[in-house]
Amino acid sequence: MTLKIPVVRDILEANERLAEDNRRIFREAGLLVINLMSGPGAGKTSLLERTIETLQHEIRIGVIEGDIQSSYDAERIGQKGVQVVQLNTGGACHLDSNMIKSSLDALDLDILDLLVVENVGNLVCPAEFNVGEDMKAMILSVPEGDDKPLKYPLMFQESRALIINKIDLLPYVNCDVGKIRERALQLNANLEIFEISCRTGEGLDGWADWLRQQVSARKAGGDGAET
Amino acid sequence: MHEMSIAQSILDIILQESGNHKVTRVLSVALKVGELSAVETESLRFCFEFLTKGTAAEGAQLDIERVQVTCRCQDCASDFTVKELTFSCPSCGSGKLEMLSGRELSVESFEAE
Repeated sequence: MTLKIPVVRDILEANERLAEDNRRIFREAGLLVINLMSGPGAGKTSLLERTIETLQHEIRIGVIEGDIQSSYDAERIGQKGVQVVQLNTGGACHLDSNMIKSSLDALDLDILDLLVVENVGNLVCPAEFNVGEDMKAMILSVPEGDDKPLKYPLMFQESRALIINKIDLLPYVNCDVGKIRERALQLNANLEIFEISCRTGEGLDGWADWLRQQVSARKAGGDGAET
Repeated sequence: MHEMSIAQSILDIILQESGNHKVTRVLSVALKVGELSAVETESLRFCFEFLTKGTAAEGAQLDIERVQVTCRCQDCASDFTVKELTFSCPSCGSGKLEMLSGRELSVESFEAE
């Protein structure tokens, strides 16, 4: 006899439960957590290096580096003198809550103001998995093209901030920043957009100011994502 | 590429529920997948078929219902379907929206014997 069995369960419920656990730990430690996402090579690690150089003396920053393999990025970040832990996903295309949870023992969260989770380079999958962050932020670099919001809408929808990187390359690539803005805002009208170059430093001040505000809002007990 | 971990989660849910209902073979699984979910359904079918080999769900079909993206405007309270991924209210133009559907990724039911 054939039975129809009702279930109605969220497929990602196991991940969501662990994300809530992580969020509780982060809230107790009173720090702001940002899940930083982009395609490979857009400049996540470079942005972190520049951000640490700019804010290191006023904000205590920690980093969780996610990569399929290697500890190259953690070594780069470690040279800046901040707490860093490397996660290798061993082939998985995104970080999930369980991986983040397993890395927390290696960090002293109580002495941090800001924890950045650098996700695996991928414009699709990381957007689907919460890890307990306060907000997601994403980078799109101009050589990737202005069509990306049309092709990968979920990440733009999920992010609180969009950092458009490598603007120093605009004279050499076929990319219209106005179109990126227009298409991204169509997906998410609340997106904060920054145009920067990690190489020349252009635009980094605006990004750093915004991060300062988000960290202060968290310290004041507010929800950083709502300011 | 994350379809493999999603397929694994579906299988975990099905096998757990099968144990509760004492069934021996799963025939089909009904899923809801929102249009905005970053899930490629053909890839999901392939991963599910691969993972279910040797389990009670071997050979089970995935019946996938795609759910369109709908929002409620926070300014004028109108509900609308999002067309061509334009997230602004067609009545008043506001971008302050609450998403009502489109992010679903759930196991709704399954058929078994």
